[in-house]
Amino acid sequence: MEFVITTYCKIKNNAIWCNGQKLFSVKEMPASDFLKEAYKFSEMNYPKFHKMDNLSKLGLIAAEICFKNSDLLKNNDPENTAIILSNHSSSLDTDRIHQNSIANKDRYLPSPAIFVYTLPNIVIGEIAIKYKITGENAFLVSDKFDAETLVNYTQQLLKTNMAGAALCGWINYDGSDYEAFIYLVEIQKDSIKSVNFKALNQTIVNQLYQN
Amino acid sequence: MDALIEKLKVQIIEQLNLAEVKPEDIKPDGPLFGDGLGLDSIDALELIVLLEKHYGIKIQNPADGKKIFESLRTMAEFIKSHGKS
Repeated sequence: MEFVITTYCKIKNNAIWCNGQKLFSVKEMPASDFLKEAYKFSEMNYPKFHKMDNLSKLGLIAAEICFKNSDLLKNNDPENTAIILSNHSSSLDTDRIHQNSIANKDRYLPSPAIFVYTLPNIVIGEIAIKYKITGENAFLVSDKFDAETLVNYTQQLLKTNMAGAALCGWINYDGSDYEAFIYLVEIQKDSIKSVNFKALNQTIVNQLYQN
Repeated sequence: MDALIEKLKVQIIEQLNLAEVKPEDIKPDGPLFGDGLGLDSIDALELIVLLEKHYGIKIQNPADGKKIFESLRTMAEFIKSHGKS
């Protein structure tokens, strides 16, 4: 069995790329404002987006761009599609907001809507809900982008039939610092062959992340 | 009562991050949950926080929430009945 990357998306520096092509960019602005502009560009029409924390917003936009440019959800069973994401800052951006809301004992008013996002894997849940994906999932926190672990984990799931396809990558958001790199992995079949697909291996994943 | 309802509309939109909802979209007697405004269980908790934050009212029995948060009007009546507005 050969595993291939069929689509990939990068979001950073006020711009969105898909499969190496720049799709959208805006002038420099605060990260949270950029997410609003990116949401409009994505034409997602998903009111729940506005209730999410910034990490989930970033992940959802990256997933939306990938799925819009892919047939993965047509070719694969969502119940057998895995989501494996990773980052450096965990949910620290939201953790700080929550901490500020409970720092003053005289004005102790934590927000339930913020508290529910004080785990990094909630972004996986939001993507899973939006696209009805119910396969295996994992969120890994590491110092820097770790292609080796992501590729090994994905290959293991696919080789052992724990998944038939996967959405993988790196979603990091902390203050003004944000970066998303999402790629879709499918099993190479005659029905989905394309010269643009890239083999799933550590070298390719690292190249796509760095370019 | 009408002024309080208008104030609540703005506060709910802000507290619940209903960015695509305008005050005029929320009907005073329309259901806040289910087919109405489509709020969920986390939103219900946020409404409890809103009452405490803006009106100093603590809901002692969470089961009362269903009746209090039926619509904007029931919320406003609850606030008025506690002498806050």
